[in-house]
Amino acid sequence: MSELETAPVPRRNMELLLLVLALAVAMGAYYLVGINSDEGLSQEFISQGLILVGLALVFHVVLRIWAKYADPVILPVTVALNGIGLAMIHRIDLAKHDDTAFRQIMWTGVAMVVAMIVLWTIRDHRVLRRFTYIALAASVLLLLLPLIKGLGVEINGARIWVRFFGLSFQPGELAKITLATFFAGYLSSNRELILLAGRKVGPLQLPRSRDLGPMIVAWLVSIGVLVVQRDLGSSILFFGLFMVMIYVATARVSWIVIGTLMLVGGGTFAYLTMSHVTRRVDGWLNAFDPDIYHAIGGSRQIVEGLFGLANGGLMGTGLGNGSPYMVPLANSDMIVASLGEELGLIGISAIVLLYLILVSRGMRAALGSRDTFGKLLATGFSFTLALQCFVVIGGVTRLIPLTGLTTPFMAAGGSSLLSNWIIVALLLLISHNSRRPMLSGVSATAEVATKAPRRSPGLLESIKEHKR
Amino acid sequence: MNDLVFTVLRLGFLILLWLLVLSIVGALRRDLAIGSKARVGAPTAREIRKDPSLAPPPEVPAKQQAKTLAILEGPLTGLEHQLTASPILLGRAQEATIVLEDDYASGRHARLFPQGTRWFIEDLGSTNGTFLGDAQLTRAQPVELGQKIRIGKTVMELRP
Repeated sequence: MSELETAPVPRRNMELLLLVLALAVAMGAYYLVGINSDEGLSQEFISQGLILVGLALVFHVVLRIWAKYADPVILPVTVALNGIGLAMIHRIDLAKHDDTAFRQIMWTGVAMVVAMIVLWTIRDHRVLRRFTYIALAASVLLLLLPLIKGLGVEINGARIWVRFFGLSFQPGELAKITLATFFAGYLSSNRELILLAGRKVGPLQLPRSRDLGPMIVAWLVSIGVLVVQRDLGSSILFFGLFMVMIYVATARVSWIVIGTLMLVGGGTFAYLTMSHVTRRVDGWLNAFDPDIYHAIGGSRQIVEGLFGLANGGLMGTGLGNGSPYMVPLANSDMIVASLGEELGLIGISAIVLLYLILVSRGMRAALGSRDTFGKLLATGFSFTLALQCFVVIGGVTRLIPLTGLTTPFMAAGGSSLLSNWIIVALLLLISHNSRRPMLSGVSATAEVATKAPRRSPGLLESIKEHKR
Repeated sequence: MNDLVFTVLRLGFLILLWLLVLSIVGALRRDLAIGSKARVGAPTAREIRKDPSLAPPPEVPAKQQAKTLAILEGPLTGLEHQLTASPILLGRAQEATIVLEDDYASGRHARLFPQGTRWFIEDLGSTNGTFLGDAQLTRAQPVELGQKIRIGKTVMELRP
C-alpha cells in the first residue's frame, strides 16, 4: 500500500479561517430563511445560530489541544454542511409549523460533544484494533436490537428503529462504524494470507474458498438486513463497505468481480421476491407512469422532488422562496431536492463538491496513515460517507432506485448525525496521527529494534562468569 | 422585502458558498505544494524530459555474490574466511566456524547462513547482541555486501 507524507505543520489557523467562512455560510443561510418568511427574523435565528457557532469553536479548540496536526479542512466542511442542513430544516419547519430544527440542533450538540469525547479518549486510532471482534459482536447486537419485541418499532415499513424513554434511535447507523472497525482489524491481520493463497484463472487471481467466508458472511448480513428489516439502503451500504475494504486491502480485481456478481444475484432475488424492493425499482424505471405515481408508496415522492429541482433551475428560487415542503419527507430523505430547488444547480454543485472534498480528505488521511489498520479504517469511513451521498443523491435525481439512506450531516435525524460526527472525529484522529512529525526521524520499526532486550551491565558480568 | 435586495442576497449567498469551496480548494493546493516532493508512482518519460531531476537513479550493476567474510576490527583483524554454501557459526565456543577471541562474544553467538543468493545473519540468543549497521538484530536479516556486522569488539563485512 502506498504512503505519502506531508510536512508536519499544524494548520489550525488555516482551519480557524475556513471555519469562520463556513459559519458565515451557515448563518447566511439561516438569515436568508428568516428574512423570507412571513414572520421575519425569528428568535431561533439568534439562539440556534449561536449554539452552532459556539459548538464549532469549542471543537476547534479541542482539536488545537488533542489533535494538533489533524487535517485543517475536515471540520469546516462538516460544519458548513451541518449548518446548511439546519437552515433548510428550519425553513421547512416554518412552512409546516414544526420544530424539527430544534431537535436537530440538540442532536448536533450531542453529536459534536460525543465526537469531542471520542477525540479525547481514543487519541490513537490503533487502540481500536484491539476491539476487532468486540466490534463484530457489537455490530450484530446493534443490527438485532430493532427486532426485539417492545424495543423495536416499525416506521415507514422499515424495522430499523428502537424507542426508549420517548426517544427513537437507529442503531444500524452506529453499526456502520463498528463494522468498518471489524473489517479493518480483520483485513489488516489476514491481508497477507488472503493475498498469497489462491488459484489463477486467466487474468484473475481467485481467492481460496475459505477466504471467501467473510465475504459470504457480509453478503448474508446484507441480505438479512434487507429481508428482516426491509431496509434496502443499509443493506447496500454494508455490502459495499466490505467489498471496497477487501479490494483496498488486497488490490485484487477478482473481489470486485465476485462482489458484483453477488450483488447482481442478491438484487435480482430481492426484486423478484420482495414487494418493497419491486416498488422501489418500478418507481425508478417508470416514475412518470400515472398508475405508479398515484400508487401508495409509488413514485410521487421522487417525481415531486424532480419537479422541485426543475423549479429551481440554474440559480435556484432563493432560500425560503420555493416550495420544497410539498415533497414528502422534504427535510430528511429528500433534503437534497429541497436544497436543489432553493439553491439551484449552482448551489447544489457546491454542496456536492463539499462532500467530495470531505471524502477525498478522508482518503488522504488513509494514504498518509503509517499503519495498515489506520489505512483501512480511514478508507472504510470515507467510503461510507461517499456511498451514502451517492445512494441518496443518485436516488433523488433518479440515477438509481431511491433507498432510505440519510444525507450525511444534512438530513433531519439524530442517529445519522451522531454516527457521522463520530466518523469525522475518527478521520480527524487518523489524519492527526499520519501528519504528526515522527520522533527525531527514526521510524517506528527502528525504534523497536534498538529497544530490543538489553541487560544491565552488572547483570552482564555475572552472566559471563556463569557461562565460563 | 424588496425584490432587488432579495435577488442580490440570493446570488450573494451562492457566491459565498462557492467562496467557501474555492478557499478550501486553495488551502488544499497549498497543502499539496508542501508535499510535492512526495510523489506516488514512477515519473513518466515526458515528466523526466521536463525535469531531469526526476530521472530514476542509474541501474545498480547486477548483484555480486559474497565470497569472503573479512574481519575489520577486533582480535582477529585481517582474517578472511572463504564462504561456501554452508552456514557459519560465530562465537567463542571451539566448535564455531570462526572462533572469536572476544570477551564480549557468547559461546554460540550468531549464525551466518546463505539463502537463495543472499546471506542472512541471525543472533543465537547472545548476551551482548549482534549489530547489523547500527541496529541490533531481533530476527534474521539479510546482509548486503559491505554492511558492517558487529559482535562485541569484532567488526566484519561480506566481500565479493
